[in-house]
Formats: sequence, C-alpha cells, structure tokens
Amino acid sequence: MIQFQFERASTVKVAIEALANNANAKFIAGGTNLVDLMKRNVMAPTKLVDINTVPLKDIQQQNGKTIIGALALNSQVADDKLILEKHPLLSKALNAGASAQIRNMATVGGNMMQRTRCSYFYDTALPCNKRQPGTGCGALEGLNRMHAIFGTSEQCIAVHPSDMCVALVALDANVVVAGPKGERRIPFEEFHRLPGSQPEKDNTLQNNELIISVEIPDNGFSKNTHYFKVRDRASYAFALVSVAAALNMDGKVIKEARLAMGGVAHKPWRLKEAEKSLVGKPATEETFKQAAEIAMQGAKAYKYNAFKLKLGPNVIVEALKNAAGLV
Amino acid sequence: MPSNTVITMDKNKLRDQLKKEENHESRRDFLKTSSILTAIAVAPGAVAKAAEYNLGEKINAAFETTPVSLTVNGVKKQLAIEPRSTLLDVLREQLDLTGTKKGCDYGQCGACTVHVNGQRVLSCLSLAVMQEGKQVTTIEGLAKGDELHPMQQAFIKHDGFQCGYCTPGQIMSGIACINEGHAESKEDIKEFMSGNICRCGAYPNIIKAIQEVKNGGQKS
Repeated sequence: MIQFQFERASTVKVAIEALANNANAKFIAGGTNLVDLMKRNVMAPTKLVDINTVPLKDIQQQNGKTIIGALALNSQVADDKLILEKHPLLSKALNAGASAQIRNMATVGGNMMQRTRCSYFYDTALPCNKRQPGTGCGALEGLNRMHAIFGTSEQCIAVHPSDMCVALVALDANVVVAGPKGERRIPFEEFHRLPGSQPEKDNTLQNNELIISVEIPDNGFSKNTHYFKVRDRASYAFALVSVAAALNMDGKVIKEARLAMGGVAHKPWRLKEAEKSLVGKPATEETFKQAAEIAMQGAKAYKYNAFKLKLGPNVIVEALKNAAGLV
Repeated sequence: MPSNTVITMDKNKLRDQLKKEENHESRRDFLKTSSILTAIAVAPGAVAKAAEYNLGEKINAAFETTPVSLTVNGVKKQLAIEPRSTLLDVLREQLDLTGTKKGCDYGQCGACTVHVNGQRVLSCLSLAVMQEGKQVTTIEGLAKGDELHPMQQAFIKHDGFQCGYCTPGQIMSGIACINEGHAESKEDIKEFMSGNICRCGAYPNIIKAIQEVKNGGQKS
C-alpha cells in the first residue's frame, strides 16, 4: 500500500471540498473493498477522506418514498423494520451478499461503488483495461467463467458484483448525489454503466460527487418477492447468476412485475421486456418460462461461461416461482 | 481538516530497533522490524522533518503517525498510528494482543473478527486510524479473570476446533451471531457464520457450541 494523506470530514460540504482538485483522492466509508484493493495496489489513492461522521445513516419514510442514507450499513438496512415491511426484496438481496462481518462495515453508498471481482482486474501483473486503460482485457480470451453475458465490449467483460444493487434497480430506486453545484438525482439504472470503450468508468458519478442517499418509491411489492443467488458455495461467495423478482398479484394474475439479474453484466441488469411479458398473465411456470426466454435474448457467452445461458433462465423461473408462492 | 501529523519515533529508538533486528533478538521483534522495512521498501514519498532527524526520507515515512485514542478490552489507549495500519496489525504488533489472528488479510476468512462498538467486524479491512473513540473487544477481553466466557467454554466442550487458528474469530463471530438474533436455527447459524472459514472443518461442532450458548440464554 502506498502512503496516503488521511482526513476526516463531518459534513457533506467539507467532504466534497476535500476531494476538490485531487483526482487521486477517494472517500472511504466501510473500506471493505477499498482497503482490500489498496493492499493489493489495484487502487492507490494519494488521499483518503473518512466520511463516517457525515450524518447520512438514517432510514426514513417521506412523501411516498423510503429514503436510505448513503452511510446506512448493509446489516442495518437488511434488519430495518421499514425495509422489511415495505421492501423485503432489498433485505433479501443484502443478506445474500458478503458475510455478517462485512455487512456490519459496508455502507449503501460503498456497496454501489465497489469494483468488479474480475481476477484480471485484481492481478496487477495481468492486462486489464479497467485497472489500466489500454493494456487489453485478459478475461476476453482467458478464464472467463465468472464473466458477463450481456452488454460486454471488446474492452471489458467484467461483471458488477453487488447483490444489493440488483434489488435496487428492480425497485426503481433513485440515487441522490451531491457535488459542488448542489444535488442531482440519478435513476438507479443509469447509475452504473456498460463498459463500452471506457471500462475504467464503473458508473456515472463525477469525481467530486458524494452519494447522499438512495430513494425507493412506494410500490406494490411488499408481499411477493424473491432473491435467488446461485454461487459456488452455499454462502459468502459472489454470484454466478442472481435474480431479483417482485410481483404485484391480483389473485393469481400478475398486475405488475419487476425482474433484474446480477452476475451477468457490467451493471445490475434490469429485464424490462420480460417484466412486460408477465403483466396480465397467470402466475404459472409456463408464463415464467416465456419471460425467461425473453430475458435471455441477446445474451452472448464466452469460452468458460456458456453455462450461464442455461443457468440464467432457470434461475429466473425459480425466482419467479418462489416470489409467486408456487414453490 | 488535515490530520495532525506527528513524528513520534526518535532517532535513538529507531537505532535500537534496527540494532535489535541485526541481533535477531526474538522472532516476533524480528518479524515486526522486518515488516516495517518492507513497508519502507514499497512506500517512497517525501516526509516532513526528515532532515531534522538526519534519516533517509524513506525510513522516516514509516513513522509518520496520527494520534488515535480508542478503548481496547475496557482499557483506554492513546496510540500513534500510521494511517496505513489496519486495526488487526495495531492489535497484534502495537498492543501485543496476538489472540486475533491474521488469516488471509483480505477479508475472506474471518480469522481477524473482533467487536467494534459491540458489532463484529473484520479487523484486517479496518484502518486503525478510523477507529477514533471506538470500543474494541478482542478474544482476550472475553474471560473474566480465570472464568471463561460461555462461548469459550462451549467451544472446548463441543470440540469446536482442531488446529485452533480460526477459533478466536469463530468465537467473536458466534457471540455476535447470537446477540444479533441470527442464531434462531441451525440453518440461520450456518448462513450468518459463513464469514468464518474453518479449514479443519469443525463446523458441526462450532454450530453445536453456538446452539448451546444460545439455548442457555447467555448474551455477550
């Protein structure tokens, strides 16, 4: 780890100012990913700004939306009464991620900002366009079992590793960020980006902006939800494929549906066409299989991840069956 | 708000330490000093007061510290901490609390689990400089004199370990697991203890130990 300057900021304003004029400065909250990356020299910020005393930990209900402070801990959100009552899908996704210890440290904002776990990104001896633009993508023709099947580019096929973000994109959340010119809102689906020709950019946050909160609008998805994560061991591993499913049911008919996948793209992957196909249909395995087929259109596998083409639709069907109470 | 940077190690102390390394006085001292030198080797950069101390700036860089006060096992500590130091390294190397183990050092194994303000966290991914004013409890802080904590007793009774390296982390995690209300069933315990890896595979006995403490109604 290289040396860095350490500062503490206790207000949003001071935090944003502390990052001004230094592209190599980073905020640190839980540190569960950043400290790991700094130890490995994958990231080497010259200045860390500790934002843990900025008052952004609250979870509250206001004007038809649930507002989650960016510094709320993953465990705090997962166990929160309001979240369990109104957005159980988010709680399920959070508990599927990391370990109890890490969830006690990791924040909502930090979870969104975590980097890919692509092994080529993590190994500084190997090429990686995300870590070092222009060096090439080691995964493209390398060991790409964990990698993306949607929205890839010739420059990068890494996936975003978060579970929480898969639930938040399905729930139509908005991200509130603050910068020198004030606050702005980013729809969750537009927060993370596809790699394109700039895989070094994970998201659309500007260098001098701080995530303030995540807002989830009220919805009809408090009853029929499921987060299904398939991984190499039963717990504490990143997703091969995960699916967040939420249904708003009118008897046995689907009134409204939300569907998103993790472990398949450079961003949490919302499946809007598949959602549309579910509306007005009876909640049956047949309906779910048709939606899964639509969801997988455009998927493209690489040498070692072709299994995701089959695993993906199976996980979608199982998640929907669980959400509908058919299992 | 720049941090207050002070240089705490004086020239004589540094000389003594380097001399100690030459004599290989003890394995722990040797490892301690060696790791300092490794840090120097990978950490170039200008440091204030280098000239005053008449030392190479690279050596001085290792001793640029920030004052941090925290409570460890009920005892208040005033420490001078290099911002790169993890809580794990400070506990083991500065405070000689070697019960907390360094397994992977990358947040993947749980051997370094301690409680900070009553919550279980990974000390290997916690920068010590960020623990200002916090209450830290390590495995050394559980027993009351000769009386072991119920979780320690249960681990012995149920043979919840083989080599013992993961055990301090398992015990700290197990206590927190019960306090969090995540030890309601065997399945619950398995899920919420998944951050503590045991290469000897003592899992069934670890679960039994946690269940016994849970059923005994004991808390922390």
